[in-house]
This record gives sequence, structure tokens and C-alpha cells, in this order.
Amino acid sequence: MKTAIVTAEKRVEHITTEVPIMNISNLNVYSKSAHILKNINITIPKNKITVLLGPSGCGKTTLLKCMNRLTDLYSELRLDGTIEIDGQNILTERNRITEIRQKMGLVMQRPYPLPMSIYDNIAYGLKLKGVRDKNVIAEKVEKHLREVALWDEVKDRLKSSAQRLSIGQQQRLCLARGLAVEPEIILADEPTSALDPISSRVIEEQFSKLKDDYTIIMVTHILRQAKRLADYVVFMYYGEIIEHGNAADIFENPQTDILKEYMRVGH
Amino acid sequence: MTLNRKLEESFFKYLSAIVSVLIILVLIHIVYSIIAKGASALSWEVLTQEPKGGFYMGGGGGIFNAIVGSLYLAIGATVLAFIISLPVALFINIYLIKYPRTLIGIRFFLDVLWGVPSIVFGAFGFILLMYMGMRNSLGAGIVTVAALISPIMIRAMDEVLMTIPKGLQEAAYSLGSTKTETAFKIFFRQALPGFATAILLAFGRGIGDAASVLFTAGYTDHVPEKLSDPAATLPLSIFFQLSSPIEEVQNRAFAAAIVLTFIVLIISITARLLYRKK
Ligand SMILES: Nc1ncnc2c1ncn2[C@@H]1O[C@H](COP(=O)(O)OP(=O)(O)O)[C@@H](O)[C@H]1O
Ligand SMILES: [Mg+2]
Repeated sequence: MKTAIVTAEKRVEHITTEVPIMNISNLNVYSKSAHILKNINITIPKNKITVLLGPSGCGKTTLLKCMNRLTDLYSELRLDGTIEIDGQNILTERNRITEIRQKMGLVMQRPYPLPMSIYDNIAYGLKLKGVRDKNVIAEKVEKHLREVALWDEVKDRLKSSAQRLSIGQQQRLCLARGLAVEPEIILADEPTSALDPISSRVIEEQFSKLKDDYTIIMVTHILRQAKRLADYVVFMYYGEIIEHGNAADIFENPQTDILKEYMRVGH
Repeated sequence: MTLNRKLEESFFKYLSAIVSVLIILVLIHIVYSIIAKGASALSWEVLTQEPKGGFYMGGGGGIFNAIVGSLYLAIGATVLAFIISLPVALFINIYLIKYPRTLIGIRFFLDVLWGVPSIVFGAFGFILLMYMGMRNSLGAGIVTVAALISPIMIRAMDEVLMTIPKGLQEAAYSLGSTKTETAFKIFFRQALPGFATAILLAFGRGIGDAASVLFTAGYTDHVPEKLSDPAATLPLSIFFQLSSPIEEVQNRAFAAAIVLTFIVLIISITARLLYRKK
């Protein structure tokens, strides 16, 4: 009896861990002179931390920008292939781009606080989503600032300019701002690369906590960070996916020479 | 370094130093002569009264008409130019960013407009005025000066907007902003200190220009009360008084020049300070 229950539970857990949230197939990105992403095919699992790993210039940022159509801002880029979220190909979508972007919160390599107060940085996205009730906004501002461990540091100066915070605080604010629009997915592009080790650790801890409620796709070129955080790893090299799979498999048993070499020289 | 390169280096170092000193000396000389000639004529009466009968032949009164006229005209033109320039500058930086060639063309066109002599704008304004059957007026002057300073304001705002980091734009879009929201809620705020500089720059150009208002704003001894009244301006007031053979009147022209220089100076310094604060 007992064993039967255990296996049943295990199976349930196994199924829920494999729920895909995003499906990328045959994605190619070209600039005028280069083939930046080459035939990308991956499935991103829900409520996991997927880490895009690879050396600088291999196309990690570009892949991330495809996912919320920020590539639209670059006239020189041309895309083909599909990215499906909830069964909808976002690359061909014409009218609901703002809604698609609101499904995702973006944390960038460097924080870019909006030119307004700390409070308004978080309220901004809420208002775009149509939240009008002042009490609701105030509640959510506090909730999300607490979520990124920033509330205690800024609660007395919510009305002062966000651009005067330290860079580590700004990065946490940008994470909170992204969380406030209640996305399903968090896109993070080397979120700790501009930060000191302590702020980096704070951000990493937030990510580990957040994966219960969100799907996280994080770019890094730091091997150790990938090992600390990843459930699922996508290793890229010169615009191609070389290997992908569960973090344990990838790190304990790399298949290709490129990844073995990256793990040998990486840190 | 070879001897040749050393010589070259010191030659250009001294050349640029000498030229800089020369320019500064000329500037000091201009300011000095204006003050030397005008200071004696500068009085409370000159600043606060309209010209009385026979003013240009040495009669009493002052240049109040021109001071107020110039301020009305420059403020009106700056406001109008701002209303035109803001959407244009935002539009080219948000919507046209995907069309780099068009963008280069537009910027080139605006730079050419910037270089067009103001008398051409004056003549254009005059033709328009005649065509519409209107007479010289504050309103016509405002429209002409606005046309003159809009390219300056647009390009100055454009330069400010170009310095906004791409990352901020991406942040705005990723939160679900539309293009219009990004323009007016994010870009506008981020650029505000720089815009203040752009506005003051255009104001300074507008208030000092004589040729564009020569045929369009007219001239009067009275402070204009409505847009359809003619308006006096400081540059024209200086011009008319300098044309007088009487020395006392000429000195009053220099007093008007002091006032104009002072206004432009204040504007420039404020613009500098705002720019540096950013
Ligand atoms: N807008 C663009 N236009 C042209 N080339 C680009 C553009 N964006 C990225 N690239 C090129 O694509 C490659 C991958 O860049 P990126 O995605 O930023 O790499 P990573 O984030 O892995 O360092 C680089 O060689 C880069 O020069
Ligand atoms: Mg990158």
C-alpha cells in the first residue's frame, strides 16, 4: 500500500515538473551581415530555472529578446521560426504585443529604473494593466518590494527618485517592477553582472525563491552561477544550441568537447 | 617624438591659444563698448516708460515698449515652437527609429533649416501675411519667430533624446508600454532637464533676432494688448535709435543693447547650469 502511494506521488510530481511553458522551434535570427541564431529548438519547462549558458557573443541576449519581441526595436534584425507561448505563436502576433510582453518580466544586464520615484516605478506597470484603485496599488508596491528584500531599505523614501538608489538596489527594484505586472515568466539577462558579490547573492536568492511561482529564464556566462541556480541548462556557442538538458546531467556528464572545454576553463 | 612632431604639436597649441585669446578680447571689447556707451543712458525711466513724443529725436520716455514686446514675442514663439517641436522630436526618436535612412534625411533637413538666414523666414512670414490680408502684428511675429526657432528646438531635443539608453526604452516596452506611452511617460521625463536647455537655447535665438520680425511684427511705441497689435522688439528698437543722428538717442540704443545682452546672458547661463546638473 505504502509504496503504491509513494510511486503515485512521484509520478504526479514528475508530470508537473515537465509542463512546458514555451516552445521554440526552428528559430533563426539574421542581421545584415551575420546569422546570429541558428535553428534554435528548445522547450522551456514551467516553474523551473532555465539557464542559458555560453560565452559572450554567442547570442544569449538575442534569444532572450526574441522571447518578448524586443527584437522589434532593432530594424537590422530579421527573424523566422516560431516561439509558442500558451499555444500562440508570438512572432506573428500583430496586435497583442503589449499583452505578450506583460506575461514576462524582464531584468536586464544593467538596471534601468524609469525616470520617476521608487513607488511609481512599480505602480507604472500596474497602471498600464488597468489597476486604478490606489489602495490596491499601494498594497502591491509593498508586496513586491518585500518580495525582492528591498522594502526595509526604501520604505521611508518611496517618493524619491529611483535613479538615486545604489546599483544593487536598482537591480532589485527592476526585478520588483517586473514582478508587479504578474508575469508568468521572468527573463533575466546576466542580472548580477553589474553588481557586487553581496548584491549578486541577494538577487540569486530571490530567484531561487521565485521559481515556485514563476518560470525563470536566466542568461549567464558564469559557470558557478549556473550550477547554483539551474534546473535546466541550455548551452550555446556561436549562435547554436550545443547541448541542453537537466542541470545535473549536463554538468556531470557533458557530451561535447566544447562544453567540456567551457567547464574546464570556466569559473 | 621626432622634432617635427614636437614642432607641429607646439605650433597648433600656440595657434589655438592665440585664437582663443583674440576671440575673448573681441567679446570683451564688444561688451565693454556697449556698457561704456549705454550705462549712462540706462535709467529707471528708460526701462519703465514707453517712448514719448519726439523720442527718436531726443525726447523723453524709454524702451518699455520694446522690452515687453520682445518678451511677449519670444515667450509666445517659444511656447508655440515647443508645441510643434515636442511631438516631432518624440516621433522621430520613437517611430522612425526603424527607418535609419529617413531619420538621417530628416536630421539633415532640420540642420539646413537651422542655417537658413532669418531674413528668409522674415520674408516668408511677410508673404504669408500679405496673402492672408493681415497687417504687421505680435501674432504674425510669433508665428515667424516660432518657424525660425523650431528647427533649433527640434534638433536640440532630438540630441537629448538620442542620448537616452536603449535599455530604458526596452525596459519601458517590456512592462507593456505602447509607443505613445513610452514617448510621453518615459522619454519625456527622462529628457526633461535636457529639454529645458533646448527651450532656453531657442528662446535666446528668438529674442535676439531682428530680421525675422522686421516685416512681420512691425513696430510701435506702445505695449501690445492683443495678438493683432503690432509689437516693438529690442533689436529693432536698437536699430531705429542707432539710426538717429543725436548722440543721446544713440546712447539709449546701447542701453537697450545692455538689456538685450543681459537677458540673453541670463538665459544662456541658466541653460548651462541646467545642462550641467543633468
Ligand atoms: N542588433 C544587432 N545588430 C547586429 N548584430 C547584432 C545585434 N545584436 C546582436 N548582434 C550580434 O549577435 C551576436 C550575439 O550577441 P548577443 O546576443 O548580445 O550575445 P551574448 O548575449 O551571448 O553575449 C554578437 O556577435 C552581436 O554582435
Ligand atoms: Mg548578452
